[in-house]
Amino acid sequence: MIPDLLILAQETTVEPSQLGFMVVNGLSLGAIYAVLALGFVIIFKATQVLNFAHGALAALGAFFIAYFATIINIPGRWMEGAPGWLQWSLSVVFALLASAAVGMLLERIFLRPMLGEALFAVAIVTLGIDIIIRTITNDLIGLNSLPMGDPFGLSQIGFGCEAGRFLGSIDLTDVCTVRVPYTTVFQLSLTVVLVVGIALFFRSRTGIAMRATAWDQETARAQGISVGRIFALSWAIGAAMAAIGGLFISMFPRRPGGVDTFTAFFAFRAFPAIILGGLDSILGALVGGFAIGFAESAASSYLTFEFLGTGFGGVVPYLVMLLVLLIRPYGLFGTEEIRRV
Amino acid sequence: MLAVENLEVVYNEVALVLRGISIEVSDGSIVALLGANGAGKTTTLRAITGLLDIHAGDVTKGDIHFDGVDITDELPSKRVRRGISQVMEGRRVFAEMTVDDNLKAGAYINTNSAKVKASYDRVMTMFPRLADRKTATAGYLSGGEQQMLAIGRALMQDPKLLILDEPSLGLAPLLVQEVRDVIVDINSQGVSVLLIEQNANMALSIAHHGYIMETGKMVMDGDPKKLLKDEDVKEFYLGVKASGEQKSFRDVKHYKRRKRWLS
Ligand SMILES: Nc1ncnc2c1ncn2[C@@H]1O[C@H](COP(=O)(O)OP(=O)(O)OP(=O)(O)O)[C@@H](O)[C@H]1O
Ligand SMILES: [Mg+2]
Repeated sequence: MIPDLLILAQETTVEPSQLGFMVVNGLSLGAIYAVLALGFVIIFKATQVLNFAHGALAALGAFFIAYFATIINIPGRWMEGAPGWLQWSLSVVFALLASAAVGMLLERIFLRPMLGEALFAVAIVTLGIDIIIRTITNDLIGLNSLPMGDPFGLSQIGFGCEAGRFLGSIDLTDVCTVRVPYTTVFQLSLTVVLVVGIALFFRSRTGIAMRATAWDQETARAQGISVGRIFALSWAIGAAMAAIGGLFISMFPRRPGGVDTFTAFFAFRAFPAIILGGLDSILGALVGGFAIGFAESAASSYLTFEFLGTGFGGVVPYLVMLLVLLIRPYGLFGTEEIRRV
Repeated sequence: MLAVENLEVVYNEVALVLRGISIEVSDGSIVALLGANGAGKTTTLRAITGLLDIHAGDVTKGDIHFDGVDITDELPSKRVRRGISQVMEGRRVFAEMTVDDNLKAGAYINTNSAKVKASYDRVMTMFPRLADRKTATAGYLSGGEQQMLAIGRALMQDPKLLILDEPSLGLAPLLVQEVRDVIVDINSQGVSVLLIEQNANMALSIAHHGYIMETGKMVMDGDPKKLLKDEDVKEFYLGVKASGEQKSFRDVKHYKRRKRWLS
């Protein structure tokens, strides 16, 4: 009887840690913003295009994932019996390829003809692309959200839970000190993989060519580098990264129901992270992404005002961005003079 | 090997900058192309290497043959693959990248890793100072080192024809000597050279043939020794007047133009 009593006593002492929640939530938000910022920065660095359609591409990418994974079930329909996570992962790969193709098409059709035009004029074109893609994506999604079909669902890992379980998979009803959604673990791991992948890519022959192009297009061409091919590739990578950002948004705990017309809107919130990091810095995108993620999470956890309600967290990214820009106009890691003379 | 014939180039559809020039570089030779500021030397280089488009320039007449093939309208990447490499005016190293990565960028067209390695070793032997600074950021190298890096980067393409645009520009006399020796060395390894210069003395001292252009026209060409003796050449390109007084080109040279075409 004594053990039972002990457990009972323990139950009453378990209290969810607000700090723990803030950190976990900050990491999950940070991964979303960082991945979106990375894709944006890669496109900007290589092609000098400020891609305002990035949020729309995130939603479209998430739609592709829902489409392949849950609607037409490709390639799962040809591989019955294979583990679910494998089927799902392959669907994601297909969706990323589709996103990359869209990115390349956009570059070829809308941006290549704008070569040599002013930064500002090209940015306006991407605003137009944003409207087109958002309209089409919203149409494709329809009124209800489409589930991502991911194997993580609502599962969480609990730390310091009631009933003597200190670590393990838990239900939503369990009380724990800290709970970490499977999706958060997935998001963080994939972010690490992407960052390592990008770092390795920039040491490869093609990656070096991309860096050379980013620095000086004419000289890159003088080395026999096909700048057009580099542009296409950077858009492919950028669009695929946007799709991953869209996936991150369209899962638990952000939007457990899946991708909907709100996904593109949510993705737009990565802009403060991008600007904070400094537009043209890969490291800046990472730091900016997680900094904004944490700031937003902390504000949602700790700052609640009677008159503002609990929605204050959503404003914080913009506030942090404005504050930093006041002190460092080029962002934390941005090149001071983006137009080099 | 290279034959430029009656070439006319227009910028922005109005400014006629080359008015029918012809140049020949025969296999294994060093050819000097001299001219004052704005004569059209760099424009000639751009026409040969295919980089006119980004400056809103067009070849409106004439043609360019390389090894008998008409390359007038070819993409720049195709021309590099054919064996035409260039060292651009003002060095233009990838300043944010390391010396090694600059060289790797130069080797882009070369997918055969054994060949890349061979070219890399050749560059390192030729420029021991680069070998000492492999991992240094190119932007922090001295002017002379940057020039060597720019030449090394072009050599990574294993060119048949190397075109250099004012490689002696802004270098101290000792370094100009060094650049000259490097060019002779490269040429002795079987690479033809088209050397664009304002330093006529240096260029003509190693060239097998010399051209002199003025405001988009070829005004003289011939044996370098004869050109060096020519009174006009002496006056305008060697800074020596008949009276012997010095005229300095360095004084008029050189506001830096460095346009980024995508801005
Ligand atoms: N992008 C351009 N658009 C319009 N005109 C140009 C352009 N580039 C060069 N020019 C003009 O063409 C002429 C020839 O220029 P080019 O750069 O070929 O001369 P250069 O002989 O290389 O001179 P330098 O010794 O100063 O380098 C000059 O009058 C120059 O002003
Ligand atoms: Mg010039």
